Amino acid sequence: MGWRGWPWRRPLYWLQRLLHRHAALGPLFVLILSSVVFEVLRPGFLRLVNISLMLQQLAVLGCLAVGQTMIMLTAGIDLAVGAMMILSQMIMGELAINAGVNSVLALVIGVVFGGLMGLMNGGLIARVRLPPFIVTLGTLGIFTAIGLRLSGGATLFFGGSALAGSAISSSSNALLWTGTTLSVGSFTVTTGVLVMVGLYVLFAYVLAWTAWGRHVYAVGDDVEAARLAGVRVRSLITSVYVVAGVIYGLAAWVQIGRVGSVSPDISSTLNLDSITAVVIGGTSLFGGRGVMMGTLFGALIVQVFDTGLELVGVNALYLPLAEGVLVICAVALDHWIRAIRD
Amino acid sequence: MSGTAEVPSSGGEQGRAQPVLSARDIWKSYGRVAALRGVDIDVYRGEVLGLVGDNGAGKSTLIKCLTGAEYPDSGSIFLEGREVVFHGPLAARQAGIEVVHQTLGVAPQLDITSNLYLGRELRRKGVLGAWARMLDVPTMRRRAAEEVKGLGIATIQDIGQAVETLSGGQRQAVAVARAAAFGSKVLVMDEPTAALGVREAGQVHRLIASLRDRGMPIILISHNMPALWELADRVQILRLGRVVGVLAPDSSTMEEAVALMTGARVAPGS
Repeated sequence: MGWRGWPWRRPLYWLQRLLHRHAALGPLFVLILSSVVFEVLRPGFLRLVNISLMLQQLAVLGCLAVGQTMIMLTAGIDLAVGAMMILSQMIMGELAINAGVNSVLALVIGVVFGGLMGLMNGGLIARVRLPPFIVTLGTLGIFTAIGLRLSGGATLFFGGSALAGSAISSSSNALLWTGTTLSVGSFTVTTGVLVMVGLYVLFAYVLAWTAWGRHVYAVGDDVEAARLAGVRVRSLITSVYVVAGVIYGLAAWVQIGRVGSVSPDISSTLNLDSITAVVIGGTSLFGGRGVMMGTLFGALIVQVFDTGLELVGVNALYLPLAEGVLVICAVALDHWIRAIRD
Repeated sequence: MSGTAEVPSSGGEQGRAQPVLSARDIWKSYGRVAALRGVDIDVYRGEVLGLVGDNGAGKSTLIKCLTGAEYPDSGSIFLEGREVVFHGPLAARQAGIEVVHQTLGVAPQLDITSNLYLGRELRRKGVLGAWARMLDVPTMRRRAAEEVKGLGIATIQDIGQAVETLSGGQRQAVAVARAAAFGSKVLVMDEPTAALGVREAGQVHRLIASLRDRGMPIILISHNMPALWELADRVQILRLGRVVGVLAPDSSTMEEAVALMTGARVAPGS
């Protein structure tokens, strides 16, 4: 590479090695830098009130990115994340509000349904051997359409709303539990945020400390080598999509708690935003490289830019612009780090 | 079939110890093409058995039959004197037959320890292992370090290094180390140095020799005649699905092997 001839190649090489070893370091640096910049531009940005608000806004996307990370580690991609999450919550809402099913049961059924959608994706990818991009592009359409058909495009409200068909007290409804707030001084989080943090801790452990986690990396890194080493590649890939589907189901739970209603069109940008967060978090699009904490930092970076740009008062269009620049820089950095092979 | 079936002698080998892996009268056809026509093979403890032959001579098919990747039409395979039947490569591997391929052996972004233990990770004892499925990383690291050191791959300093940061020869050394570890009984190497440069191939050759010296039986397929002549204790030559000769590099020349391989000379006694 050209930079080898430059006088500062030694520190650069050292940096490359460091980033190669610790995938979450780059995103952590960007997160700290951008937070400090926004604090300078708008003092008070890093106050606990604002941080807790950002965490609450981040909870749903943060959960989705956990599943997306594992899929991308296998060198896959999931374009249907948002659609699956919405369909999961439609099922929960329909059952709990319109069918009068017990809220705990509705939650369980919704999460299991998420897993089944994942099984469909995983089956088509691992057994029928279709490319993940195409499969999830297809199921994106399918799940979105089913969600809209199921609801007729209408929003279902829990509890005291004027539009609610049946009044359900929010204190006794398991589906709304994720909206419960907990405060320590001026730092307030919802239980939904705790669910998100729990998912990160759990899957950071699973990826780093279990055989299943290592196989996820191995399959994304070199399918043939993994197969030769005795990893059952097809079951592994299927299981990753199922686990991701279950996580999307839990994200649906967090979403319901956050807004107290179920709507088929909350946000169609969630599909791509989850990919953005994962890529900014240092996970390679080509699989095999990345860590769960990196994704958490990546999601936080997106949120910091979102809130920060709003507080600074610039045009809202600068957010997608900033995200776009970050994504391209993240992929370019990944490219450079991977060049360590030569 | 009783578990202690005797290996029929192939003649001329009496008096030697029992072969670790042997096959008798292996036939295999693909449609109307006969790839193997009654092949015998024996590999003994502490020897490198070279396997040569032109393209289409049946080397790969024979190896596939021995390692469970193909099922022979007829014939028997014996491991440590007992007849075995492999339904798939995993079965052969579990029985102790390991294969090192030309490439594709290791996952580049995983570290050396993870690669050595890929597919057979150790879990911690007790509750953490049973319920949290926690891997026993310290033990795996320690044993991987011992394994690498025992093989004399001195150039690898850090066992936690990602394999992609290693040279090609070191990478292949990791693949060999993985195959040789964990109580495997026979190593089959299919062109292990074909993708490497001269110096790196030398590294792998030294590794093969040191494994042989530790008693590991090795079947080595190679087009690199000089290297084979240097490493192998015996060289078995295949031609058109038949064994046309077994030469000892000590008493024969490469030219003889090439003559047998190409059919320019007919094997003695056939």
